[in-house]
Amino acid sequence: MTAIHSCLRGGIKVVCQECGQRPATLHFTKYINGEKLELHICEACAREKGELIPGTSAGFSIHNLLSGLMDFDPSGLAGAKAKAQAQALRCEGCGMTYGQFSKLGRFGCARCYKQFADRLDPLIKRVHGNTVHVGKVPKRAGGLVRLRREIDGLKREMQSKIEGEDFESAATLRDRIRELEREVQNG
Amino acid sequence: MGNRKYTSEALSPWMKEDAPDRDVVLSSRVRIARNLRHLPFPMMASAAQSVEAMERLLQVGESGRLSGLGEVSSVRLSELSELEKQVLVEKHLISPALANHAQHGALMLGPGEDISLMVNEEDHLRIQCLHAGFQLKETWDTASKIDDIFEEAVDYAFDEKYGFLTSCPTNVGTGIRASVMMHLPALVMTGQINRILSAVTQVGLAVRGVYGEGSEATGNLFQVSNQITLGQSESEIIDHLHAVARQIIEHEKAARAKLMSESRLKVEDRVKRSFGILSYAAVIDAKEASQRLSDLRLGAHLGLLPEVDEGTLNELLVSIQPGFLQQAYGEALSPEQRDMTRAQMISSRLATHA
Repeated sequence: MTAIHSCLRGGIKVVCQECGQRPATLHFTKYINGEKLELHICEACAREKGELIPGTSAGFSIHNLLSGLMDFDPSGLAGAKAKAQAQALRCEGCGMTYGQFSKLGRFGCARCYKQFADRLDPLIKRVHGNTVHVGKVPKRAGGLVRLRREIDGLKREMQSKIEGEDFESAATLRDRIRELEREVQNG
Repeated sequence: MGNRKYTSEALSPWMKEDAPDRDVVLSSRVRIARNLRHLPFPMMASAAQSVEAMERLLQVGESGRLSGLGEVSSVRLSELSELEKQVLVEKHLISPALANHAQHGALMLGPGEDISLMVNEEDHLRIQCLHAGFQLKETWDTASKIDDIFEEAVDYAFDEKYGFLTSCPTNVGTGIRASVMMHLPALVMTGQINRILSAVTQVGLAVRGVYGEGSEATGNLFQVSNQITLGQSESEIIDHLHAVARQIIEHEKAARAKLMSESRLKVEDRVKRSFGILSYAAVIDAKEASQRLSDLRLGAHLGLLPEVDEGTLNELLVSIQPGFLQQAYGEALSPEQRDMTRAQMISSRLATHA
């Protein structure tokens, strides 16, 4: 938890601990495992450090944070030219460029996900710690995906029934799996 | 929609239900973000495309598919005044984003105001369900059923790998945001709140104020919600939030019990002083009012204030908000007049129920 204190410490201006140049405008006390840690930094360094300061960070939203992540170049090798090329990449669906996307932190349409696919996984992983959806699948639009996932689930369940020596339930599950597999084959 | 009860009454019908753990949890909420496959998301949509998305989604409501929910009213945001929109925000029925920025925004509202379907917010469709008290699973079930109904009628933007596609990458996958609104005065008074909230953020959950992202926690009300929407199933997300919220509830209850056994007189004094101030103040700002109402709520649940019932407190929570005050008094109010009106409104409500 971060506590925010007044900007003046005993009337004396404090210099930012990070850059050592700009005056520190944000002062906070962090408690990490009961240990007190004082921090005096300027807003620019706070953003860089990803310190989220509730209430004080005027206009600093999740989208600013995301766009910061999107400029992130994982290999560190891309030159200015490659970067400019990437920024100019345009979605055929809605006309949004990758540059716009990284500035706004929002996709323009469903196709953007495909068009910007090459650069997406690192971002999605940073946000969610994961890149593959495991939840609900729509009945119609999901089509085959839904069936395949259901089959996988049933197979896991069957395996655990076998391990528990509940062969009767396992046989019922096996029949259901066969049925679904036929459905997949018939499209 | 004829008489607009949803903007004239502060207390939504769903808030009146009896519900589990109401002494700590005011409400449970689930919202699901969905988009139409063939149209650009609202931010990039042309006016014609926004109208098309709106018509298609409103049609689902008008087609009778939602009849199982009772009579659903639908309204285009353009039909509402600024004040009516603000009141809907204060009642948590629409988001500030829909009220202020939507192009061809619309709203479908269930008769109990427990279901609100926002059209052309950040995503084409936002399904929101609210239940009183701690009922996350029930809330998710309701929301999921509505999702299924829409899925039968429209093509959702869905990707095999990323799941349901949303405008913001923070919602992709399941598209769900579940939250519980908790009243935690005893944890605040006993100085435990910071420790608990920082623990909460370390297990992948977010804590916000009453009115969502960027809003300050006032009146000891905290909204705890999931942050991750991809890589976990909906039931995992709900279960995780449920388990963490359950622990916070127990801590709050333990802290209240401790306050009562160790400093009952102090708590009673505080509660009754607040009751006195709210009953007799001539001017009161929103912040002080929420803080004092929090004292009353605590007092009511600890049995220290038999003259005040919870329904009155829930109603006041909404009716002291600027938009609602303005609407109730039928004219534009300056901030000073607002503080005066607020004080009158509170004292008269408390007097009728005493």
